[in-house]
Amino acid sequence: MLSAILSLGGIGLVAATALGIAAKKFAVEIDPRELAIQDVLPGANCGACGYPGCSGFAKGVAAGKASPTLCTPGGSETLEGIAAALGIEVDAFEPQVALVTCQGDNQRASIKYRYLGLDDCNAAQKIADGPKVCPNGCLGLGSCERACPFDAIEMTSENLAIISREKCTGCEKCVAVCPRQVIEMVPLKATTHVLCNSHDKGALIRGYCQIGCIGCHICNKTVPGAYIIENFLARPNFEQLEDAEAAVEKCPTKCIRDFSSGYPEGSSFAPSRDSAA
Amino acid sequence: MTLKTFAGGLHPPDSKHYTEEKAIERCPLPDELIIPAAQHIGAPAEICVVVGDQVKKGQPIATAKGFVSVPIHASTSGEVIAVEPRPHPMGRPLPAVVIKPDGEDQWDESLQGNDPGQLDAAELKNLICNAGIVGMGGATFPAHVKLSPPEGKNIDTLILNGVECEPFLTADHRMMLEESERIIDGVKILRKILGLETAIIGIEVNKPNAIEKLTAECAPHNIQVQALKVQYPQGAEKQLIDACTGRQVPSGGLPMDCGVVVQNVGTCAAISDAIRLGHPLVERVATVTGPGIIEPKNLLVAIGTPLQHLLDQCVGIDGEPAKIIMGGPMMGQTQLSLDVPAIRGTSGLLVFREEDLPRKNAGPCIRCGRCIGVCPIHLQPTTIAAYARLDRVDDAENYNALDCIECGCCTYICPATLPLVQSIRHIKGGIMAKRRNS
Amino acid sequence: MDNQLYLSSSPHIHSGETTERIMRLVIYALLPAILLSLIFFGLPALSVLLICTLGCIGFEALACRLMKLPNSIKDGSGALTGILLALNLPASTPWWISLLGAAIAILIGKMIYGGLGYNPFNPALVARVVLLISFPVQMTRWTAPTPLTSGIDAVSAATPLGEMKTAVMLTGKLPEMATSGFLNYFSGNIAGCLGEVSALALLAGGLFLIYKKVISWHIPVSFIGSTLAISAIFWLIDPSKYPNPLFHLITGGLVLGAFFMATDMVTSPVTHKGMLIFGFGCGLLTILIRLFGGYPEGVSFAILLMNAATPLIDRYCRPKIYGQVEQQA
Repeated sequence: MLSAILSLGGIGLVAATALGIAAKKFAVEIDPRELAIQDVLPGANCGACGYPGCSGFAKGVAAGKASPTLCTPGGSETLEGIAAALGIEVDAFEPQVALVTCQGDNQRASIKYRYLGLDDCNAAQKIADGPKVCPNGCLGLGSCERACPFDAIEMTSENLAIISREKCTGCEKCVAVCPRQVIEMVPLKATTHVLCNSHDKGALIRGYCQIGCIGCHICNKTVPGAYIIENFLARPNFEQLEDAEAAVEKCPTKCIRDFSSGYPEGSSFAPSRDSAA
Repeated sequence: MTLKTFAGGLHPPDSKHYTEEKAIERCPLPDELIIPAAQHIGAPAEICVVVGDQVKKGQPIATAKGFVSVPIHASTSGEVIAVEPRPHPMGRPLPAVVIKPDGEDQWDESLQGNDPGQLDAAELKNLICNAGIVGMGGATFPAHVKLSPPEGKNIDTLILNGVECEPFLTADHRMMLEESERIIDGVKILRKILGLETAIIGIEVNKPNAIEKLTAECAPHNIQVQALKVQYPQGAEKQLIDACTGRQVPSGGLPMDCGVVVQNVGTCAAISDAIRLGHPLVERVATVTGPGIIEPKNLLVAIGTPLQHLLDQCVGIDGEPAKIIMGGPMMGQTQLSLDVPAIRGTSGLLVFREEDLPRKNAGPCIRCGRCIGVCPIHLQPTTIAAYARLDRVDDAENYNALDCIECGCCTYICPATLPLVQSIRHIKGGIMAKRRNS
Repeated sequence: MDNQLYLSSSPHIHSGETTERIMRLVIYALLPAILLSLIFFGLPALSVLLICTLGCIGFEALACRLMKLPNSIKDGSGALTGILLALNLPASTPWWISLLGAAIAILIGKMIYGGLGYNPFNPALVARVVLLISFPVQMTRWTAPTPLTSGIDAVSAATPLGEMKTAVMLTGKLPEMATSGFLNYFSGNIAGCLGEVSALALLAGGLFLIYKKVISWHIPVSFIGSTLAISAIFWLIDPSKYPNPLFHLITGGLVLGAFFMATDMVTSPVTHKGMLIFGFGCGLLTILIRLFGGYPEGVSFAILLMNAATPLIDRYCRPKIYGQVEQQA
C-alpha cells in the first residue's frame, strides 16, 4: 500500500517537474495585447475579417497588420474593446446589416423554367441565368442561408431568403455568395427599405413580378429627398432618414417596407421567428 | 476482331432504334432563319451585314474575330430582316442575324471549288477556316485550330470519330452510311494537311452496317476502321484516343500533346465540301428524336432553323414536351423554348415528355462507389461533389476536379440520384476563378 | 403563365438504380439465412427478428421526426440494419435486449451522425458489440439448433469457437471437434447467433449480391482469403494448438461478416484497392482476436476497427487518374 502510494507519487512528481521545465523552456512568446484582443472578439471564427479565425485576426491586429475595424460582426463594442487593448482612439462605428432586397417569392415572381438539380443558387444561375424571369431577384435556393455563420438567414416556405436584423452581424458572407447581388449592406439605423433589385422598366417588371419597384417616383414625391431613383429603381437616401416610412403606404407595388418593429407586418412570407420578435 | 475500349464508363440503353433505319431527309426551309454569331468555342464572330441586305447562300454574314474563331455564313439566299439578340442554345438571347429566305436557295456565285491536290497545307487550312468548319460532334471547336499544332508538337496519328456513343443520336451513323465518299475524301484532305499516310476511323460495334461499308471502302485508301466496344463515353476524345492507340492525353493537355488529332466524321464531310465545292458549313445532319416524337427523323438542317420547325417535320409530339434537349441525353443542354435555332453544334434535338423523365429524388450518398467505378477519368466524383457542397475549392482541385469531362456517367449511375456532374461543374468554376485571381 | 419546361444540368437520363433497390436486394440475399435460422431455432428466432427489424424502423422514424429530417425509412436501410442485428444475436436473446439493440443501432450507430451515409461504423455491429459487452451472460447463452419438428425445448450449448477457446485456455490443446468432423457445421448444424448457423445459405446470398453487382467481390474475397491464409500459417506451425483454416471459415460469423457486414457501403472504402486493404485488415484482426484475444469471436470487432480506418484508407487509395502518368514523366 505504502510503496504503491510512494511510487505513484514519485512518478507524478518527476513527470510534473519535467512538464514544468518543458513549459518554461519551450514557451512561445505571445503578445499580451493579442490575448486581450482575442478576449473581446466574438469568437465565431466567421472569417469576415479575412483572417483565419478570431485568433488569427487578433494576431494580425496586435502586429499592426490588420485594421481593428475589420471585425464587423463584433460591432462597436468589439471595436472599443480592441481600441482599449491597444490603447488607441477609434472613430465611432456605424453598424450595418445585410438585407435581401427582393420580395419575389414563388407566389409573386414568374419563372422562366422549372429547375431540377443542385440546391445551390450559383449552380442554378449557370443554367440559362437562373430559373426566375427577373434577372436580379432572389433565386431562393438558400446558398446564403448555408453561408451564414450566425444562423441569421431563413428561407420562407415560398423560397425567399429573409435576414434577421437582430442576428445579422454584418459579416457580408451572404453578399459574397449570392450570384444575383440581391443582398445589400444597409445601416442598421435605417428602418425603411425598398425591397426590389431590378433595374428593368416598370412595364417589364409588371410582366414577371407582382411586387417589384417600377421606378414611379411616388415615394420621392411623398417624402422629397428621402429616396434616390436611378434606372427605374428606388433606394432610400441613407443621408436623410426622417419620415421615409411615410412612403410605405403610398408605394403602389408595396415594395417599400418599414422594419421599425421587426419584420414588416402584413408580409405573408415573413418567417414566424422574426415576426414574433 | 478484337474490340478495343477504355477503362471505366457504362452502357446505357442506346435508344437508337427510333432513327437508325431512317435515311437522311432534307428539312424544308423555315419562314425565318435565326443565325447566331456565337456558334463555336472561342470568340464569337463579328456580324458584318445590316438589316435590308440581300444575301446569297454561303455568303459570310459575320467575320472571324481572332485565331480561335471562324466566320458565319448565310444558310440560304434571302433578306436580312433583323440583327438583334435572339434566343440562343446557351440559354440567353445573343446577337443573331435573322434571314427571311427568298425561296431560291441560291449559292453565292463567288464560291469556287478547288482541287485539294493543287493546294498546300496552309492554303487548305485557310479554306477550312474561311468555310467556318468546326467540330460537329457537339463541341464546336474550330477545325483549323486543331490542325495547327504549335512548333515542336509532332502529330503522328489521325483518328476519325464515328463512335456516336450518345444514346438516341444517329446523325453520324447515317452520314457514314450515306455520305461515306465525302467522309473519305475529307479524311484524305486532313491527312494531307497533317502530312500523314494513315488514319483510323473508330466506330462502335452497334453500327455493324457502317463498319462493314467503311471497311470495304476505306481499304484502298489506307484508312483503318477500328471496331470499338459499345461503352459510353467511347466517343469522348480522350477515351477514343486511349481505345484506339493506348495513349493517354496528359492531364490538363490536348490530344495534340500525345501526337493525335481527332475529328468527327461529319466534320470530314464538311471539309470535303469546303475544299472541292467551296461550300461553307451552312447545313448539318441532326437527329430529331425522343420517345414521344411521332415520326423521329434524321434531318439535313439549314443552320439557324428554329427547333419548332424541326419538330413540325416530325409531325410533332404525342403529349406535352417537358424537357427540350439539344444534343444527346448524357451531355446535351436543356433549352428554354423551341424558338431556339439549330446551330453548327446541334447533333440532335431530343424531346422528353413528363413521363420520360427520370425520377428525381436526391438522397444522401451511401458511398457505394459506383461513380468511381464508371468514371472514365478515374476520378472520385462523390468526394469532389462533397467538397463542392462545402465550397472547399483547394480540396476539389487536389482531387483533380478539373480533369472531369462532364460525361455524366456518375450522375447516371448514382443510386441516390445526386447531381454529381453539376456539383463538379460548379466547383470547376470555383477553381478556375481562384486560378484567375491568383 | 409560367414556363412549364424543365431545365437541368446534364445528363438527362438515369440508370434507375436506387438506394432502395440496393437495400432490397441485400435483404433478399439474406432470406435463405433467415429461413434456415427460423427452421433451426424456431419461434424465439422469429421474435428476435421481428423485434429488431420493427424496432429499427420505429426508432428511425422517431429520430427523423425529432431531427426534422425527411422520413428515411422507405430507403430500407433501417430494416436492413434490424435484420443484420437480429442475425448477430442468439435466439434466446430477451425481447428487451433486442429492442435496446435496435435503439443503439439506429440512434447511436446511425442517426446521431446525421442518418444514412454519414455513420462511420456499421450500426448493427455497434449494437451487437455494445450488447455483448453489457450483457455477456444473455449474449452468450447459445441454444443448440432444435429443428421445429423435434418438439423438445432448447438446450444450451457452446459455439464451436467458444468451445475451442475454452479448451485451448484450459488445456493448451484443441478440442476434438475443432480438428475433425466440423464440416457438418457448413450446412447449419451449429450453435450460435441466428446468422451464424449456416455458412452455406449466407454464401449463396453473398454470391447473389456479387452476381447482381450490388457488392463487388473485393471485400469478401480479401477478407475470407486473408483469414484463410493467416490461419493456415498458424495451423502449419502447430496443428495441435491452432485449428484448420476451414474451421475458421465455417464457424462463427465470418461469412456473414465478409459478405454482409464488411461490405456495408457507408462504412467501407470506396475504391477497389481500398476494399482489398480493408478486407485484409478485417481478416488479420479476426484471426488475431480469435486466437489470442479475450473473446472467442473477432469478426465484429475486426470490422468495427477497420471501419475506423476507412477514411484513412480512402485518403491513401485514390485511383490513378487518366493522363496522370504522362504529366509526371
